[in-house]
Amino acid sequence: MAFIFTEDQEQFRDSVSRFLKDKSNTVEVRKLMATDSGFDPKVWQQLSQQLGMSGVHMPEELGGAGFGPVEMAVVCEEMGKSLYCGPYFASAVCAASALRLAGDEAQQETLLPEIISGEKIACLAVSEGRGVWTDEVFSTTATKTDGGHLLNGHKRFVVDAANAHSLIVVATDDQGIGFFVVDAAAQGISVTALESMDPTRKLADVQFTDSPAQKLNNSQPEQLRILVDIASTALANEMVGGAQTLLDSALSYTQLRFQFGRSIASFQAIKHRLADLLLELELAKSAAYQAAQTLADSALWSANGQIAHVDKVTEHASLAKAAASEVYLHTALECIQMHGGIGFTWENDTHLWFKRAKSSEVFLGTPAEHRERMLTALCAQSTDLRNSA
Amino acid sequence: MQSQQAQSTQQITQHVHQWLSENWDPEAGLVQWRTLLAESGWGAAHWPEDYFGKGLSVEVSAAIEDVFAEFGAVGTAQTGVRMLAAATLLEHGNHEQKRQYLRRILTGEDHWCQLFSEPGSGSDLAGATTRADLDGDEYIINGQKVWNTSAHHAHYGLLIARTDWDEAKHKGLSYFIIDMHQPGVEVRQLSQMNGHASFNEVFFTDARIPRENLISTAGNGWQVAMTTLAHERRSFDRSRENKRVKQTGRIFVELKKELDISNEPYTWYPQRAGRADLVMRRAQETGAINDPVQRQEIARLHILSESAKWTAQRAKAAQKAGKPQGPEGSLGKLAASEIARLAARVHTNISANDALLTGPNSVHDGVVAEILVSVPAVSIAGGTDEIQRNIVAERVLGLPKEPRFDEGPFRNVQRNSAAKDPSK
Repeated sequence: MAFIFTEDQEQFRDSVSRFLKDKSNTVEVRKLMATDSGFDPKVWQQLSQQLGMSGVHMPEELGGAGFGPVEMAVVCEEMGKSLYCGPYFASAVCAASALRLAGDEAQQETLLPEIISGEKIACLAVSEGRGVWTDEVFSTTATKTDGGHLLNGHKRFVVDAANAHSLIVVATDDQGIGFFVVDAAAQGISVTALESMDPTRKLADVQFTDSPAQKLNNSQPEQLRILVDIASTALANEMVGGAQTLLDSALSYTQLRFQFGRSIASFQAIKHRLADLLLELELAKSAAYQAAQTLADSALWSANGQIAHVDKVTEHASLAKAAASEVYLHTALECIQMHGGIGFTWENDTHLWFKRAKSSEVFLGTPAEHRERMLTALCAQSTDLRNSA
Repeated sequence: MQSQQAQSTQQITQHVHQWLSENWDPEAGLVQWRTLLAESGWGAAHWPEDYFGKGLSVEVSAAIEDVFAEFGAVGTAQTGVRMLAAATLLEHGNHEQKRQYLRRILTGEDHWCQLFSEPGSGSDLAGATTRADLDGDEYIINGQKVWNTSAHHAHYGLLIARTDWDEAKHKGLSYFIIDMHQPGVEVRQLSQMNGHASFNEVFFTDARIPRENLISTAGNGWQVAMTTLAHERRSFDRSRENKRVKQTGRIFVELKKELDISNEPYTWYPQRAGRADLVMRRAQETGAINDPVQRQEIARLHILSESAKWTAQRAKAAQKAGKPQGPEGSLGKLAASEIARLAARVHTNISANDALLTGPNSVHDGVVAEILVSVPAVSIAGGTDEIQRNIVAERVLGLPKEPRFDEGPFRNVQRNSAAKDPSK
């Protein structure tokens, strides 16, 4: 990206945006969020197969489009704008990336094409505590048997678990932390949907009791950290998209609303806050775009990546997640405030984005946790610099 | 097309290199050398050929400056208000004015100052009440200006003054060049809360300006001032560092003297910006880097300053690609204020009582204390944050303007109460 999107990326953004405007308007969002699955399989098929969104960052030989994190971030941002309800984040971003990192060639060839084509949905089960992914202790175990492993444990806050055909599970075996794939229909799996104040992101608890699983053969404990970076980067881009919609909504409403004989947007009490929101949003966008670019430039993503330092990727991913979380929530609160009483009604759409802002703020870790994670990664780089000097 | 341009740029820079090897003399006098530069056109290649330039593009001119830097040769005088004067003259001055002033701007012989702000008109610059009354072939100037950097050693000032009180606010102003060395012009240094004195107040009591020093036409002063201000904004981020001063020869001795004088008002500017660059070092020195509460604030500052840096790079990349300017281009000043305020807070928390010290026992020669007493300026100078927010809201977001109370003849507009009403 080099601080500017290419013509091709802009065109891709336009086609994603047009599709989502049509298929994911708020009438549709409201309809889907009231359902158990929370998504429309037909729209998911279309965006996966016709537009290639679900595999945009996956290699062509596995059925993907062969692009990278920047294009993935474009999809996330546009989905954030329209509050798209579907398993993109869970399946395409998290589970597919886990398979790419931890699966061996044969496992990738078996599992990834159907996920990339959208025929199968996968999800990633990490958390057992507060849903922050980082700094977790994993008590879910994988016990080796003749044919594979048996999973036992309890995972929390698993996005789209109820929709998944397969689950990628972080568990501990005799080697340490590893990634395991398990069929959703396998024995001993119990998925309990969680009632959440954000009905656009479907969360579930998953209980495993002697569930037969297959270990991803290239599993390494540090892959979890990279997955947190990828997921944080994706979520940050989704969040700046959502914040943009909220800002647009506040801008349009305050100009239409007349009180005291003038548009309320002409009052400095309003317009200065809108200017501040624009500033915050543009700063957060820069951070989210940079995180995607750093990931794309890293040796983690491509063999000839320029950035060898994994700490740089973590620094930028957590920087973006912390920045975007706060901006999204602040924009949502200001948008409600600027709408006045109508902003607090169910009928007004603002609360849909407010709730997504809240659930994104805490998902993968709070802003404070990501600031700490960022600073740790930053300090690690300067220690290395000192040692190499 | 592009390669043709690159080709010709390369030819030009080669020619300049050749010209420098034939003419450059580090033992020459500074003014003597710059006079040669002005006459050759290589000292301001983007200026018109008739006025000490070569009529080349800004890009080619920048490439020529790089040749000078590589060669280690001194260029024309580029510091202070003189380049704003040059840009304004090039756009609005007549032939005689350009011939008279531009050469000595390039040689650095003349110092300039800007006489725009007044005690009664800061954000509302067009509300100036300094009078200019035509008396035969001269304008008589009465009034007061303020925030005038370098006015105490300026030869000339760029002045906006009111020539018509019955016109609307913006239409009654005229733009002049005033000779600062005359009776009736009194310059007083203005001390700031951080102990520096980078600005002056200038008092005019029946000072005189010959009629031919009017730039453009009477009543068109606001348009001319806009040109000056546009160039001021453009030069806002220009680095004042000069790496060439380390070189030897008579010319460098003279250059150093010039730079010491012209840079003196700006020594506290890095502290005004909050010195986010010092935070990690101070946090390690004090152990604050191990405190979880301090780490949160340090992280916030890092996020803010990195995001602002990337936002500026996005704006630059878009501009380079010839794309229309997005909102990211208008936000730098507000971001800079935010960074400075947060940095001052973080420095305070890190250094605690040591942040107060300015004397021999202070940390890093009192720099933290200087940050604390300088940061309040950043959200005022060059357009307050409040004005910046108006600009962003109205021009970028397209929001409706505030109702106005300053229309009609300026004489009738309500103004700050002064001891003596200058409109009478």
